[in-house]
Amino acid sequence: MTSFGRPLTRNEDPRLLRGEALFVDDVELPGLLHAAFLRSPHAHARILGIDVTAAKTRAGVLAVYTAQDLGAYWQPGPLLVPPPPIAGMEFHQRCQVPLARDKVRHVGEPVVMVVAESRYIAEDALGDITIEWEMLAAVGDLEAALAPGSVRVHDDLASNVAAKARQARGDYAAAVAKAHRVIARRFTYDRGASIPMETRGVVAQWDPRADRLTVWDTTQAPVVIRNGLASMLGLSERQVRVVAPNIGGGFGPKMMMFYPEEVLVPWVAIRLGRPVKWIEDRLEHFFSTTHERSQIHDAEIALDAQGRILGVRDVFLHDTGAYDPYGLTVPINSQCTLLGCYVVPAYDSTFTAVFTNRTLVTPYRGAGRQHGVFVMERLLDIAARELGIDLAEIRRRNFIPADAFPYDQNVIYQDFTRLSYDSGNYAPILEKALAAIGYEHFLREEQPKARAEGRALGLGLVCYVEGTGIGPYEGARVQVQSSGRISLATGIGSQGQGHGTTLAQVVAQQLGVDIRDIDVTTGDTDQFYWGVGTFASRGAVVAGSATHAAATLVRAKILKTAAQHFECAEEDLVLAGGRVHIAGVEERTIKLGALAGLANPMRGAVTPGTEPGLEATSYFGPASGATASGVHAMIIEIDAETLRPTIRDYVVVHDCGVVINPLILAGQIHGGVAQGIGNAIFEKLAWDDQGQLLNASLADYLLPTALDVPRMVLDHTVTPSPLNPLGVKGAGEAGAIPVGALFAQALEDALQLPAKGIEILEIPLSPSRLWELLHGGD
Amino acid sequence: MSQRIAITLDVNGTAYRREVEPRLLLTDFLRHEIGLTGTHVGCEHGVCGACTILWDTAPARACLIFAVQAEGHAIHTVEGLAPAPGQLNPLQQAFQDTHALQCGYCTPGILMTMTAFLAENPAPTEHQVRDALSGNLCRCTGYQHIVDAVLLAAERAR
Repeated sequence: MTSFGRPLTRNEDPRLLRGEALFVDDVELPGLLHAAFLRSPHAHARILGIDVTAAKTRAGVLAVYTAQDLGAYWQPGPLLVPPPPIAGMEFHQRCQVPLARDKVRHVGEPVVMVVAESRYIAEDALGDITIEWEMLAAVGDLEAALAPGSVRVHDDLASNVAAKARQARGDYAAAVAKAHRVIARRFTYDRGASIPMETRGVVAQWDPRADRLTVWDTTQAPVVIRNGLASMLGLSERQVRVVAPNIGGGFGPKMMMFYPEEVLVPWVAIRLGRPVKWIEDRLEHFFSTTHERSQIHDAEIALDAQGRILGVRDVFLHDTGAYDPYGLTVPINSQCTLLGCYVVPAYDSTFTAVFTNRTLVTPYRGAGRQHGVFVMERLLDIAARELGIDLAEIRRRNFIPADAFPYDQNVIYQDFTRLSYDSGNYAPILEKALAAIGYEHFLREEQPKARAEGRALGLGLVCYVEGTGIGPYEGARVQVQSSGRISLATGIGSQGQGHGTTLAQVVAQQLGVDIRDIDVTTGDTDQFYWGVGTFASRGAVVAGSATHAAATLVRAKILKTAAQHFECAEEDLVLAGGRVHIAGVEERTIKLGALAGLANPMRGAVTPGTEPGLEATSYFGPASGATASGVHAMIIEIDAETLRPTIRDYVVVHDCGVVINPLILAGQIHGGVAQGIGNAIFEKLAWDDQGQLLNASLADYLLPTALDVPRMVLDHTVTPSPLNPLGVKGAGEAGAIPVGALFAQALEDALQLPAKGIEILEIPLSPSRLWELLHGGD
Repeated sequence: MSQRIAITLDVNGTAYRREVEPRLLLTDFLRHEIGLTGTHVGCEHGVCGACTILWDTAPARACLIFAVQAEGHAIHTVEGLAPAPGQLNPLQQAFQDTHALQCGYCTPGILMTMTAFLAENPAPTEHQVRDALSGNLCRCTGYQHIVDAVLLAAERAR
């Protein structure tokens, strides 16, 4: 019985549940030193002078470094994602620096590093440092940042424009000319933070006898960190081992690189000849780990009288923060994902990425897709209302038909390829969601009845697509150990996605073993050399397909070796239960471990060309991403006094192709929805006009608790992806993507806002912000 | 700050004697003085609950306690839950069975909170579980499977 597709419990859980799993801060080494960083208290200021004399003389302090002390090692970080080839685009690369040299550009930017015998002493020493500042005005508002004469984040640029790109196809002007209705609105989506429960951290150890550096890093991309560190430090890749052990949540910001601390901690460990640890505290995390979300869209949709989309035009501003090392991934995702599940004959989208005196913006679960979905779904909601069409019906009418796949969107996506939806079938997803939420019953009976009783019940219904499983590639090595256990190693990191189980299921499908007999190693560059990282909902698709290919090769080697052993034909063999036996002759059997020994003879001769062991390494690089899709539906009730919403029903119907493990998939979706709920109604980073973050604690920046996240009903449809052998699509971000749009719609419906001339065109929407909207305030 | 005080702490039934600075947090004592790294640190301001331990029988935030304050109290951490090496206790087993953890970083704190909760309320309702759980933040699971795990553990104990 194959384990593939079954809701198996996880291999990784026992160690985590017993507190035995290794996280970066659990690494203890003899002689370990601790780093702490003096971070800018100002959003924008020139550094006139730094006095570290007192810090250097404090007992227990080993070293203090400013930008000047780094010498030639001081370099702006690499451009992690170059901009895709969009004709006519403008892009200004300004990457973060290890320590600020002349001026600081956001609160929390590191300025001085102290290394001491303990973190306590290192932080004491930060208090000994004095810096003379020349304060500069800070810019945070996107439109103000683009106004002529605005203060500039980067003095050498003519403006705060970080990038500008237009993607257009079809004739939008003609669409407007023949439109029955054109609807234009301004939409805003504000900043939030990913807040993994584990903050970032780096531990580095230089071993002069082995001539090697080992770095434990909370990164989502250990291989890329290894390569970059080797290059920066003048080492060969073989001299650097990067381990991303258990990681306490990633969600995208741990994919950003290189953070200043990642560059500095290994350098200082080599320089001082002692291991060094830095663990980010939660306050540092709020300022220095990357954020996402803030955009302003001026969007317009042209429709015919039946509510069919003729064209969409969107002009938007994207806040990239003080630097832009992640290129244009986020705004391009917004630009492409806006097209959603729909036929949009004419599309004209232009964005301007803007430098501000705020923490850097890089992808956070959804990575710009939220904004696109928010804009398109809100436009359709408004269109439905103005044209008198049912919410579900207007979507149904505009769906890309099931027979139109692969569907060429003719825009360039974040992976530099022309966006094409590989497969999909949207109408069944919508119908399932409508049935599960009780759409007709709610609208016809329940809501009118509740309203008659003075209760505010509202419904949300949102469709979305998610481009997942993009390239370039991942690899995997499958090996039968002489113990009989199977080992699998891949270059991606794991931050809770359950790769130790799902990838094992992929192997088990080929090798007929119990997944408990498979040891999966992710995130250790000594175990697997090549790879890119865990992002863009690509682990199961790309690493999973590589694993499948490797396991298939190992299966062939097992059968070949066993056939030689038994002197029979491969077709006569059965591979199951960790053994190979001859069909119908149960006693003629050999365990996989013994077979692995036979495949690695210690004496005698082998046939020329023989490779030792039962082992194979494979790589998989998809031509383009697999497009997942789904519908979320929700019924909420709003307290008339406090305006606090209570979610009564929440339905997710999702199509991520073939499902490897429904239990793990459910967890991914639950968690995504929870983050979406936070994004929609709780989480807003609040700044003052000097660029100070006002709610940098978990007591002030509220995450959803167990009382805020409802029980969800999940269902699936399966449209296998033709782009990979498993037929899978990514699912990591889907839960989070449509939730903002869903809340806007449901809140509007519950409070009957359109009748009051009020529309919800922004996220997040706390009860207090909702109160302001209701009372005409700003 | 170089003054050190000799303390003996009872952690999971074992006495640990160390000389520590008065300002040393209990989290740092557990994690870095005696190597019990299962207790995790998520916020260091008492909100997230990742560092929850049992202080005698009550859940407490180890990040808000100095190690020197813990003398004379029985401290219990996640490492003390399993009945034997390599095994899981019923609550831990329920967490695995329902997929109640993803990254696992918040899990030890949640296990300690729920251990105390189930001791006081062996037959809770879903709302009671959610209420008790609401002082522990989890960023991965959306809580649904954690709630399922606690209810399952309670059911199995009956």
